[in-house]
Amino acid sequence: MRHLLTTRAILLASVLAIAPAAYAETPADTLVVAHAIDDIISLDPAQAFEFAGNDVNQNVYDRLVDFDPMDLDKGFQPSLAESWEVSADGMSITLKMRDGVTFHSGNPVRAEDAAWSLQRAVKLNQTPAFILTQFGFTPENVDEKITFDDTSVTLHMDKPYAPTFVLNCLTANVASVIDKETAMANAEGEDYGHAWLNTNEAGSGPYTLSAWRPNEALQLAAYEDYFAGAPAMKRVVVRNVPESSAQRLLLEQGDIDVARNLSPTDVEGVASAEGVKVQDEPRGRIMYLGLNQKDELLSNPAMIEAMKYLVDYEGIAGTLLKGTFVPHQSFLPKGYLGALEDMPYSYDTAKAKQILTDAGITSGEITTNVRDLREYVDVAQALQASLAEVGITMNIQQSTGAQTLDAYRAREIPVFIGEWGPDYSDPNTNAATFAYNPDNSDEAKATGLLAWRNAYAVPDNMNKETVDATLEQDAQKRADMYIELQKQYQAEAPIIPMFQRIEATGMQDNIENWNSGRSVASVMYRQVTKGE
Amino acid sequence: MIPPPTPSDRAAARRRRFRSIGGTILSLVLTLFGLLLVTFIIGRVMPIDPVLKVVGDRATQAQYDAAYVAMGLDQPLYIQFYRYITDVLTGDFGRSISTGQLVVDDIRRVFPATVELATLGTLIGVLVGVPLGVIAAARRGGIVDQIARVVALIGYSMPIFWLGLMGLLIFYGILGWVGGPGRQGIIYDGMVPNVTGMILADSLLAGDWDAFRDAFSHIILPASLLGYFSLAYISRMTRSFMLEQLSAEYVTTARVKGMSERRVIWGHAFRNIAIPLVTVIALSFGSLLEGSVLTEIIFSWPGLGQYITKALLAGDMNAVLGGTVVIGVCFVLLNLFSDLLYRVLDPRSK
Repeated sequence: MRHLLTTRAILLASVLAIAPAAYAETPADTLVVAHAIDDIISLDPAQAFEFAGNDVNQNVYDRLVDFDPMDLDKGFQPSLAESWEVSADGMSITLKMRDGVTFHSGNPVRAEDAAWSLQRAVKLNQTPAFILTQFGFTPENVDEKITFDDTSVTLHMDKPYAPTFVLNCLTANVASVIDKETAMANAEGEDYGHAWLNTNEAGSGPYTLSAWRPNEALQLAAYEDYFAGAPAMKRVVVRNVPESSAQRLLLEQGDIDVARNLSPTDVEGVASAEGVKVQDEPRGRIMYLGLNQKDELLSNPAMIEAMKYLVDYEGIAGTLLKGTFVPHQSFLPKGYLGALEDMPYSYDTAKAKQILTDAGITSGEITTNVRDLREYVDVAQALQASLAEVGITMNIQQSTGAQTLDAYRAREIPVFIGEWGPDYSDPNTNAATFAYNPDNSDEAKATGLLAWRNAYAVPDNMNKETVDATLEQDAQKRADMYIELQKQYQAEAPIIPMFQRIEATGMQDNIENWNSGRSVASVMYRQVTKGE
Repeated sequence: MIPPPTPSDRAAARRRRFRSIGGTILSLVLTLFGLLLVTFIIGRVMPIDPVLKVVGDRATQAQYDAAYVAMGLDQPLYIQFYRYITDVLTGDFGRSISTGQLVVDDIRRVFPATVELATLGTLIGVLVGVPLGVIAAARRGGIVDQIARVVALIGYSMPIFWLGLMGLLIFYGILGWVGGPGRQGIIYDGMVPNVTGMILADSLLAGDWDAFRDAFSHIILPASLLGYFSLAYISRMTRSFMLEQLSAEYVTTARVKGMSERRVIWGHAFRNIAIPLVTVIALSFGSLLEGSVLTEIIFSWPGLGQYITKALLAGDMNAVLGGTVVIGVCFVLLNLFSDLLYRVLDPRSK
């Protein structure tokens, strides 16, 4: 009996000891976000190119031009540069620096810092460097091509590029302005502070990085001297919570403010929970079908056309992808300059069968590889079913993301199902990969171009149109050019854009102005507020 | 009549001891070397391209080639391995390509989290599993035995993923008894100075009871879950060890001599199973160190299992090899430890 009593007493005591700690609400000036942040490799703007890394840089650095977090549709806006001027021949752009802005270190933000940051990114030549080097900068010439004086920075380009193109690229994270003094004080050899900036920051953005423990958590603290005003949330804590159900539980318990990786099922669950809301935002990712033109059957124009009628756009988006994607049939995502919103194709197996029969195709067999992600496999199986209706057998083999990507880059996947996310906020980012492939030979090894990966010999007029659009000085005319390009693409290309990503974010009712960056940017915290 | 030991006898004993220590160290080195070699080869023949992970899908061929050379992948396999081993001997495990940090720093961060969880898990497993197994054996076919069987069956057959989520839903979501996923509540994050990396220990060292309580409320559920799985194993093993002892003649003799059942079980039979039981517990602890990946994922526990798995899927061989060395050393040390305990527990080995 005494034994039992002690056991009970211990049990009761431990329950009492634990219970109060479980109901910790998030503090009023702190924003707590659950997100899968295990893809961060580097925080250096010259290298970072993953989602979570960009999310950090968007908030700790400023760029010469930036988006307004309250209205992304306005496009690029003055930021560290307060105005800009394009030379009469269109070959250079001069950006005038804003006065009185300081870095987190207290150093003033100078034109020299801005020029140095861009030169540095070009010289380090990491993956995102192409966003800048496409204007003719090379590690050798960049010191002469990007110049500065006391008040302004000038970019001297190799062609008269469209100003919208150049300025859109300057909103990319690789164009972040870095504190030269701080970075160089931590430089090792010729690395321009690269090793140090991989895990530290030297920016002027609304937040400073106060801690980062890979795969675990990162913390941002408000920069009180931020030039556009100190942010409302004094602390932002981003926790790595890989599991959707765990995120949902944390959200419903009030232990976090925002859950960013909820699965469709959990989104439904959260939507009906009290005190929690869901915000949908279109993101830039396009899910598409790539038909490898090395395959005899898949390169038949009738097959290409029929395929466009064999995708059950509405059914897949609703039932299989459960609202994480919406049908979208052009390569520019909604929210981009010149994005085409026409959707000429609908699910119609009878029509597809007619097209194939007219071309003499009544049977066939394809074996393809699909990445072992639930949603891709689902889409592949839906396609398999509709192909079967027109007499074509599609065998599906599953492999890991890395394996699929390797094979895709080696032009070895017959029917590719996957996503493409834009690299920067200008339409050229997608046009130059979907609709541009000047050399379709194996030797060209243009592994970065989706058209090349699918062995799609892009027609000459389309290649030319893609290049011409980057040079059009008038923004409206430029938008029209992209619309025309997408219409032709929609009609004949063997790469079939099907869906655009919709991101659902679950958050507490009192969170206002959340912005994941929509299709053009990364998450922004400085405008977020917390009500009562 | 045994003569007293002479000085030469003592010297011989000392030599034996040194030889056994030398042998242990040699076997440790060989084990680790073999482990590294196998892991290295598997890592290199795996169809995952580590360069792509570093430079990203958008890199140009030139950037890709530069990274390929910089990572030393253009060299033959044996040269790569030789370079790796010589670096490791100087304590340089290289940089992880999936976190961008030094592998040593990564492990210093993730390993304590795992040790903390595995230790508490094993503790729970032993404290419940051993008595359960002993009683189940002593009252064979009785109610405790039936319960133990069902408990073990569930432990063996339930997917840990499901149990973890249900546990979270019930004890965190509905009852609110424990903290949610993660090692700490947000407000305690970074409040306790990092000494051991184990938050329970660190908060005790700092004398911060609130932080301890918070950390305890977060660890208790995942630790109980791991504890449950090791309990299932430990109780089954304890039971079968005990049954074997209880059917031995010395037990019958003891009973015939009128010794109380409690003394027969705990004083005689249990003392004899202590030795194999130590090995079982050590192995179970070892497997919790490396094998709690799913628990770590569900509970957002930034531990070693998750670290190695993620690294493996990314082709991040520096991280995988570093983690393998740590796990390998742990297993060797655990073996060594149970060997030592053998000597203490088994009078014959003296």
